[in-house]
Amino acid sequence: MAFVQNVPFFSIMLCMVCAISSAMLGRRAARAATLALSAVLCLINLWLLVFLKQSDMSYTYSMGHFPAPWGNELRAGPLEALLAVCFSVVVFMSLLGGLHKLSEQVDDRKQNLFCVMLDLVLAAMMAMLYTNDLFTAYVFIEIMTLAACALIMARQNGRALVSAMRYMMMSLLGSGLTLIAINLTYQLTGHLLMENIHESFVALKAAGRYETPITVITGLFFVGLGIKSALFPFHTWLPDSYGYSTPAASAVLSSVVSKAYIILLIKIFYRVIGLDIVVSSRALNLTFAFGVIAMIMGSLNAIASHDLRRMVAFSSVAQIGYIYAALGLGTLAGFVAAIYHLMMHAVNKSALFIASSGLADASGDSKRFSDLRGAGFRYPVAGACFCFGALSLVGVPILGGFVSKLYISEAAIGHGGIKMWVMLGALALSTLLNALYFMKTVITLYRPPRGDFSPPPLRRGRARGLALWGFMLLSALVGLMAQPIINALAQGLRLFS
Amino acid sequence: MWSVIVEHLEEIVAVLLFGIGFTTLLLHRNLIKKIIGFNIMDTAIYLFLTSAGYIEGRTAPILKDGVKSAAAYVNPIPSGLVLTGIVVSVSVTALMLALTIRLYRRYRTLDFDRITLMMKGEDD
Repeated sequence: MAFVQNVPFFSIMLCMVCAISSAMLGRRAARAATLALSAVLCLINLWLLVFLKQSDMSYTYSMGHFPAPWGNELRAGPLEALLAVCFSVVVFMSLLGGLHKLSEQVDDRKQNLFCVMLDLVLAAMMAMLYTNDLFTAYVFIEIMTLAACALIMARQNGRALVSAMRYMMMSLLGSGLTLIAINLTYQLTGHLLMENIHESFVALKAAGRYETPITVITGLFFVGLGIKSALFPFHTWLPDSYGYSTPAASAVLSSVVSKAYIILLIKIFYRVIGLDIVVSSRALNLTFAFGVIAMIMGSLNAIASHDLRRMVAFSSVAQIGYIYAALGLGTLAGFVAAIYHLMMHAVNKSALFIASSGLADASGDSKRFSDLRGAGFRYPVAGACFCFGALSLVGVPILGGFVSKLYISEAAIGHGGIKMWVMLGALALSTLLNALYFMKTVITLYRPPRGDFSPPPLRRGRARGLALWGFMLLSALVGLMAQPIINALAQGLRLFS
Repeated sequence: MWSVIVEHLEEIVAVLLFGIGFTTLLLHRNLIKKIIGFNIMDTAIYLFLTSAGYIEGRTAPILKDGVKSAAAYVNPIPSGLVLTGIVVSVSVTALMLALTIRLYRRYRTLDFDRITLMMKGEDD
């Protein structure tokens, strides 16, 4: 076994050690530790990705050397390594871009605790990506929920507190349903490791036994994790918690926290239950329907909001709809398109949150559109970064959003039937609505300001400038390198089951 | 009918408790009662899991009196899962209570609807 194969274990343990030690560090040291942690995670996972891609393999890693049905296992393949790289870069840049606002909005003595929570989010994300054990996944779902709640309430204003409470209520229902699903899975199969569960499910399916419970399990996993990742009718906690928490928190929440649950759901559908069984249980039709509704409703809500960050938050609802709708096609091409969209959205949405906090700063800390006029001239880098993210999400060619929409429509055409028409129609309508609100915002940013409006001078901050440039580079990279990324995803999914 | 109820008593009670718990969590206005609702909901899940792991006449898998036959003991994993779940729900309860204290200090009420109304009146 090559040394590089220890990376999944090191990733999780490093996050944990960093989280525990950050609790004792001062605020500067804790911030530096978290930045260093995410940079290190990115590099070591990149190393693993190169190794796995070259050797074209995936492997399981038994923790403590206990053999399969008893011990706890990790599993790594190109897909997991690629996503780990992507998410750790996003966390690095979000924290870098949010540092400035963090020291303004969060109490000095509590900033190291904010970093602890970021470390825990990273740990939970790494564990959800790499674990091969369903119950370990549940424990880290809860760690993720608690850390995310603390990130929301780090900024002590009324709206952030209330939205943290709302987030907890919805999330707890979600984790309760997920726990019941894991319960039922264990009762039916007697296993917690994903491969063993899959084997039992295949055997049960072949024997034609327990068809209804398997459908129920699929549905419970979908609803539980769907609530936690803010799928449309369960999204009520989202706009306030993304809109009023500190920018670093909203960037991480929108890009990493909600995505990790979707990754876990993909893992459960694809590896634990098995795509054939999921498709035949027709639970994916539900996923598809919810996704399509979210695509339209999220965009409509974004058009109706008067506040920049709430608009960006509602656009997340629509984008999560895209991911679920693409998953709902139930084909390999649909899954690849969904995962690419997920990565693209993680990068661009965190860029939009950091850029919009910069633009709001340039307008006297106001997020209202009337005050934002001309903000693009007052803070050119943030304006450019916002345009980049917005154009990418709308789907302008070369950028990531275009590629993902192309692949989603290709997957829909490959699927055929009624789903194809619904998907293509929803995609067209939703793109139109996206263009409507994003272009309106971009035009507002570059309109001359009202005559009597003179915002206080802006403190740009070198770190934020760096993060904004970094986000632009990353967004361009995701678009330009689409083909290698898609190839890696397809390879990863092939090795996944 | 009656025999089905008796045979699956724990599961039926668990489902009822889950329903009571999550409607309290989502619909009750009082924050403390919401937290109680959450605890009832989680307890229902633990009851469900425990009852699945319990076999009448068998004991915990700790070697006693030299009995080595596996048929004398139950599978310890469901109990292990319940214990882990309890740890999780205790920490979630602690966090919810801390959040409730924050909200109470700020708004001087535990009524979530009134808190939401007062929040909307605030200027960000």
